[in-house]
Amino acid sequence: MQISMPALLSQLLLGLVNGSFYAILSLGLAVIFGLLNVINFAHGALFMMGAVLTWMAMNYFEINYWVMLVAAPLIVGVFGVVIERLLLRWIYKLDHLYGLLLTLGLTLLIEGFFRSIYGVSGLAYDVPDALSGAFNLGFMILPKYRAWVVVASLIVCFATWYAIEKTRLGAYLRAGTENPRLVEAFGINVPLMITLTYGFGVALAAFAGVLAAPVIQISPLMGQNLIIIVFAVVVIGGMGSIMGAILTGLGLGVIEGLTKVFYPEASSTVVFLIMMLVLLVRPAGLFGNEK
Amino acid sequence: MKKIALISYGILLLALIAAPFLGFYPVFVMKVMCFALFACAFNLLLGYTGLLSFGHAAFLGGSAYVTGHVLKVWGLTPELGLIAGTLFGAALGLVFGWLAIRRQGIYFSMITLALAQMVYFVALQAKFTGGEDGLQSVPRGRLFGLIDLQSDLTMYYVALAIVVAAFLLIARTVHSPFGQVLKGIKENEPRAISLGYDVNRFKLLAFVISAALSGLAGSLKTLVLGFASLSDVHWTASGQVILMTLVGGLGTLSGPLVGSAVVVLLENKIGDFGTFLARVTGVNWFSTLGESVTMVTGLIFVVCVLAFRKGIMGEIIAFMERRGGRSNH
Repeated sequence: MQISMPALLSQLLLGLVNGSFYAILSLGLAVIFGLLNVINFAHGALFMMGAVLTWMAMNYFEINYWVMLVAAPLIVGVFGVVIERLLLRWIYKLDHLYGLLLTLGLTLLIEGFFRSIYGVSGLAYDVPDALSGAFNLGFMILPKYRAWVVVASLIVCFATWYAIEKTRLGAYLRAGTENPRLVEAFGINVPLMITLTYGFGVALAAFAGVLAAPVIQISPLMGQNLIIIVFAVVVIGGMGSIMGAILTGLGLGVIEGLTKVFYPEASSTVVFLIMMLVLLVRPAGLFGNEK
Repeated sequence: MKKIALISYGILLLALIAAPFLGFYPVFVMKVMCFALFACAFNLLLGYTGLLSFGHAAFLGGSAYVTGHVLKVWGLTPELGLIAGTLFGAALGLVFGWLAIRRQGIYFSMITLALAQMVYFVALQAKFTGGEDGLQSVPRGRLFGLIDLQSDLTMYYVALAIVVAAFLLIARTVHSPFGQVLKGIKENEPRAISLGYDVNRFKLLAFVISAALSGLAGSLKTLVLGFASLSDVHWTASGQVILMTLVGGLGTLSGPLVGSAVVVLLENKIGDFGTFLARVTGVNWFSTLGESVTMVTGLIFVVCVLAFRKGIMGEIIAFMERRGGRSNH
């Protein structure tokens, strides 16, 4: 089999781009699950919402990409806060499965809503001018936008990691994950912390959605397949560690990219196959700390 | 209480036997029965063992393809097609269950969802499933090589017999000592372990039975409708069966029957209902209701989880028990 170096490198980069999305999304899922004990099925729908809002802003109001890079996560974050206050907070005391079912219902509502407006066909979004074109590195052509996606994702992921692991606020958050009642006894407003955590987690999803808008075809169903892959990523990595979620996401994106080069037929299933393998060898996940 | 339940089941059975003569379209009723069987099989796992599988579409859809292949390409008789589909469901269930019970709670759901998605991608790419087109015009053939199933009426009574038999099997399983252990695991897993039960083996067996019967439902669906398509392997089918069980009532025998009828009716008739509402109220927006089945489904999910967790039959049973309790005083 003859594989050219540039083709390999470009698939590798594409894999890193997808891996960045996996990393941001699984990071958000892990943060939310840590404090809320809810697996946020709506994560994919909110990712889609980030992308569609970006498209809407450009098409209806001519608001550019850079504004939406901040505005879309804010809007979706506020939307998340409303969801948490109105719906999610009623189910924390129930079995985990109700959290999954409630957010599944939300997913159907959100996706159904956008589908009733835009149908299922893709919407096109141009790469912003400043990032169009490519660097010629000699051994490969590096599209500027893809490089930007990877860099921006890494910055956001590591900033989140730093905030959670190294700051006082993060310490409260980690303590809240361990023992919310004790933290509350120290005078910290845990319900508020939970609300803001959900808002932050879904804002991350929307941020990924904005980044994805120019590279993935925007459609109301774009989050569906992605969220299931991200679930597999979370099973592989385990949700106990922030860094674990980031590394697993990126790593699986790269593996998926390489599979596209060497055995394209398996590219859509390779993440699931790895999940099966991990379950056999290390059932708790690579970075898992559950029993 | 028990008497009322038995009488209700009797009436339901008589109604189903008489249905084709009461002007009900047999194929539609058969479709509802397939989903009812699917939901009952699913409920055995969720309602009685406490395991939320998010991958049951793989059993329904996978077995539908297998049966379609056996009937259409191999040209075997329908009973062999059904058996092949059921066995496929059981085998796939063994693999899924074996992998998924390694993790608990929410991870279990995510694993089954991911595995089912893998089956979906295989079905999308493999040659024998017909890709986007699915398997079309699958012949019904002759049952045991004797009874021609071409007539909808004959097919109807065969399907009814199969679904009733499967339902009795599920009822028997739930009330057997095995079923009691499953309930015990659902209520308090550590205690079941400390009592010496090999919990994982019980879970796995429940998973396999549930998968096999879901496979039977998928096979029967192919036989009745004459096609197998991607929509049955898609994860939304897994979501649909969860909804049916939830609406009808988790952990009740009759719940999935009621829930599946409600959900299938809703999905088929919501357009008409919307048109009706638009005409009566004069609000034009209602006439678009048919296109937003997804949103209505989502809304029902949200409402059920927040305010109606017992489901229709769960509420009825709770109400009757309360009334029964009062009359004893």
